[in-house]
Amino acid sequence: MYREVILDHYKHPHHFGTLPKKSAQATLYNTSCGDTITMELYIDKKSKKIVDIGFSGSGCAISMASASMLTDELIGKSTDVAQNLKTEDIIKLLGTTLTPSRVKCAVLPLEVIQKAMNNTV
Amino acid sequence: MINAKTIKKDFPLFSRNINKKPIVYLDTTATSLKPAYVIDAINDYYTKFTANVFRGIYTLSEEATCAYEDAREKIARFINAQKEEIVFTKNTDESLSLLSYCYLPYHVKKGDALVTTILEHHANFIPWQQYAIAHGCTFFVWKVGNDGELDLGELNKLITPKTKIFAITAASNVLGTIPDIEKIVKIVKKRNPHCFVVVDAAQAVPHFPIDVVKWGADAVAFSGHKMLGPSGIGVLWAKKAILEEMPPFLFGGDMIREVHEKDTVFNDVPHKFEAGTPYIEGAIGLGAAVEYLSKLGMKNVRKHEVEITTYALQQLRKIPGITIFGPKDAAKRGGVVAFHVKGVHPHDVAQLLNEDNICIRVGYHCAMPLHEHLGIGATCRASFYIYTTIEDIDALITGLQKVIKVFS
Repeated sequence: MYREVILDHYKHPHHFGTLPKKSAQATLYNTSCGDTITMELYIDKKSKKIVDIGFSGSGCAISMASASMLTDELIGKSTDVAQNLKTEDIIKLLGTTLTPSRVKCAVLPLEVIQKAMNNTV
Repeated sequence: MINAKTIKKDFPLFSRNINKKPIVYLDTTATSLKPAYVIDAINDYYTKFTANVFRGIYTLSEEATCAYEDAREKIARFINAQKEEIVFTKNTDESLSLLSYCYLPYHVKKGDALVTTILEHHANFIPWQQYAIAHGCTFFVWKVGNDGELDLGELNKLITPKTKIFAITAASNVLGTIPDIEKIVKIVKKRNPHCFVVVDAAQAVPHFPIDVVKWGADAVAFSGHKMLGPSGIGVLWAKKAILEEMPPFLFGGDMIREVHEKDTVFNDVPHKFEAGTPYIEGAIGLGAAVEYLSKLGMKNVRKHEVEITTYALQQLRKIPGITIFGPKDAAKRGGVVAFHVKGVHPHDVAQLLNEDNICIRVGYHCAMPLHEHLGIGATCRASFYIYTTIEDIDALITGLQKVIKVFS
């Protein structure tokens, strides 16, 4: 499970930190283990494009790597793309086999992004 | 004397290899493994005397009833109780919730106080918290210091004439803290003789000798699956007078003496609290578990755990980056160790250890208030029992060193 790519994203996460300008934000906890992820997005209202995205929080390597890869994937894309992403897409993105309990970790960042999009600041 | 290597042979699970490697099971605090002795006793019910209890005159039913009530008797003796004071439930959570339905509404009113500790498992925390919220009572939580110990000096201040419920664990499932129940009950009862004291003994009954009479509490709860028994069977012990006074919990078959169109006469205790067909094979399994443990001797069980825990703490302390929570002295704590690995999230620790079949638990261990109070986030937890060997601890240490290397 801990391929180089995952460890690299964990140790050097992309888009980590708060945004100077944001239009949507949400935080979710995975209470069974203590993962916390906050997502901030800056969405262009007219084009529905995710112009900027950032995440913060703490969690396991899977949740952090997933958050990092997801932000890479979604920046510049439309919110529709984000809304339509499913669990299988996240697993494909991570490129590793996940046990059922770790799927929850991987999917948490996506849930936060989807919550943020329904929760404009 | 406990020889854990020999004891492993009594447990069929250990003959399983995963990826050609043996299993290093360090999560007994979550659930214990089951010896063939218990498995066979349950199997006997299925193959030799399957029948409902209390219902039949025929041989099978008499045998089943005998085995079921025999188990109750064995369990009563194991904790120095009377057999009429042993109520079979599903688990510790159900035992404690039963009290919140059958004792609290008749004794705890608005303005009264309920007191528990920050160490508690949610089973011995939420029922009291929720009752307090719903009924306008005050809810006080006795905190621990950073060493995981409760300060007895604070207890006098916490217990007032309005305190109706005092709930405490007999052994923490995270820090391993073992409160001195006998002493604490004396202090509470002296301060307020009308305060009902309930003890969560889920992590105590499996691990050291218990005497409910000596403890002086009003009710004690524990689970079968944590003490070599099957899951789905638990015990509520309470003083006979309390059980007699409480109304029933669930209604239906067997908890009655007579039922007429207009009214019902309930059964004597403990049957008043056991509605419907019980978990017959579960009780029989728990009875067998008690026999197995009695043969080992609970003083020996505790001695082995102290030895293994002493070794584990000593070895863990040698690894830089490992933080251990709870009392420092193994003699003062249960065989459970919560810890952090610096820079590695508990999930990742457990995942990597799993590659060598090392089974530890991570998260909040059903004790979120404790973790919040200590401000430590989720933790890793390794726990030991009669089948834990020095080699198991060595495997854990090697595994943790590997984890640190991967994440460095």
